[in-house]
Amino acid sequence: MLKLRNVQSYYGNIQALKDISLDVREGEIITLIGANGAGKSTTLMTLCGVVPARQGQVIFEGQDITAMAPEKIVALGISQVPEGRRIFPYLTVTENLDMGTFLRKDPKGIKQDMDHIFELFPILAERRNQPGGTLSGGEQQMLAISRALMSKPKLLLLDEPSLGLAPIIIARIFDIIKRINKESNTTILLVEQNANLALKVADRGYVMETGSITMTDTGQNLLANEDVKKAYLGI
Amino acid sequence: MTVNNEIKKSFLASVWFMFLTFPIMVIKVNTVSNTVEWRWMNMVGVGVGAFFLSMLWRYLLVKKEMGGKKEKTDKPGLVQRVLGERKFAVPALVVLGIFTLVFPHLFSMYQTNIMISALIYVMLGLGLNIVVGLAGLLDLGYVAFFAVGAYSYALLNLHYGLTFWIALPLGGLLAGCFGLILGYPVLRLRGDYLAIVTLGFGEIIRLVLENWNEFSYGPSGIANIPKPPLFGLDLSLNQKTIYLFYILVALVIFTIFVINRLQDSRIGRAWIALKDDEIACQAMGIDKAKTKLRAFALGATWAGMGGVIFAAKTTFINPASFTIWESVIILCTVVLGGMGSIVGVISGALLLILLPEYLRDFGEFRMITFGTVLVLMMVFRPGGIVENVRKTYTFKR
Repeated sequence: MLKLRNVQSYYGNIQALKDISLDVREGEIITLIGANGAGKSTTLMTLCGVVPARQGQVIFEGQDITAMAPEKIVALGISQVPEGRRIFPYLTVTENLDMGTFLRKDPKGIKQDMDHIFELFPILAERRNQPGGTLSGGEQQMLAISRALMSKPKLLLLDEPSLGLAPIIIARIFDIIKRINKESNTTILLVEQNANLALKVADRGYVMETGSITMTDTGQNLLANEDVKKAYLGI
Repeated sequence: MTVNNEIKKSFLASVWFMFLTFPIMVIKVNTVSNTVEWRWMNMVGVGVGAFFLSMLWRYLLVKKEMGGKKEKTDKPGLVQRVLGERKFAVPALVVLGIFTLVFPHLFSMYQTNIMISALIYVMLGLGLNIVVGLAGLLDLGYVAFFAVGAYSYALLNLHYGLTFWIALPLGGLLAGCFGLILGYPVLRLRGDYLAIVTLGFGEIIRLVLENWNEFSYGPSGIANIPKPPLFGLDLSLNQKTIYLFYILVALVIFTIFVINRLQDSRIGRAWIALKDDEIACQAMGIDKAKTKLRAFALGATWAGMGGVIFAAKTTFINPASFTIWESVIILCTVVLGGMGSIVGVISGALLLILLPEYLRDFGEFRMITFGTVLVLMMVFRPGGIVENVRKTYTFKR
């Protein structure tokens, strides 16, 4: 579904990604783990077109999207939940969700999806007229995920959904991620610091270190891997 | 404890003021007899005055904070509630409408003329409100588009004899194009940087108009611009002014209608979202460049139309009418009135333009009063006269 081939990205003249290649197949949950500054977020930014790749190719469903504008990429069915949630603080919950449907033109489907979201996250239904900025961190994360889902993505990119949340909320968020993956067959690319949780839900994982991918395996195998254990799981 | 602290601070402030004003308030050199007069009483006056003003200032600030804690509700302010209530809003609108209709017949020509200027600023304020209030792009060179509109009517009329009614949309269109020209290179800038670039753009337009004699007739300007015609009727100056007043009222209503619709539209929502968070907008698939350009072009269009009317009103234009000061005033109307709020911007424009006119009796204190009002407003009502409240719908199951 999504292929990165030898992608290199730069911020100015600092190289952030060195020769990244990864595959995401339809229906999978893929996780990208690694320390701070390993290039996880940059990888997401690159395949969204925000930080365009200088070399290499990004291919989505057979189409080369390397040099495409971000809004065109969203239109193809890639939706991102940016790091730090980034909901619109002055728009209400409903309006935030509406923003997610910016490129859709089927009022009926939008209504249906909105109801589905409120079923998935009942707390958002309760808070639907509240400005997004007044929600708690966990609610904001739910809103950010819902907003991304409103565009009916084929591929959902999640950038650190566990950032700054309490363990119990994190567990709920990860449950929802699994549910989204199963129920609507949405492919998910998950970037995480919380390697333990991420590897548990993921079908496959990639380990990143200073701009390159150093390891790839199934989630279970990586969990059992001695190096990963030492470096990221603290065992 | 805190009271003591406040008194101490006020005391320091008064000492500082006494020190600052010492050379001008105390020392007076008599050049005839070559003696120095020491007016110590003045110093005491400054000290006591500064002390009490400082205390008052502190008291109000504290009161404001306490008040904020007490009534921290989600309820909108009084004005918004009154406006939201049909019972009040409809009669108020009717009264306002009748008042506007009879205004030029009730009051003198002088009043009508002031009102026309004020209404032009209402239009400009509403136009800038698109750029600053909705899209959150700080534009300090807005007057440039105003100038483009005014000059396009003046020049098109001079060379090709185009009438007001053709020049009005054309001026708007031309200004809109200039908006795109300015918008394109500054797409990547935000905040302070954007403000500086737009400021430069405004000055460039003014300098070009001032120095390109063959094109714009330089500082001497263009005179004898006709007022709008009415079916070829021969109107007296008074009637022409009244006619212009009505045209302007109609245009302001049209502007309010358009902006109101825009606010609730997809693109309006995109602007507000873009103001909140650009990265999130990109993740939602909003074309950042297009959305910003639309804001610039639409805002500029209104400035252009305002410019055409301005040229028709004064019948004479020169670059001196389009200085940076105008941009600042227009920006003030938007910020003071309440960013994003239509009623706010209208009241802000009326207040800012009418107040200095009626304060003419105060002579040289006019501008000081004006400045003080601005400062006080921003401290005690940072949201503007009528704060923008986003529409909310209550959910009923």
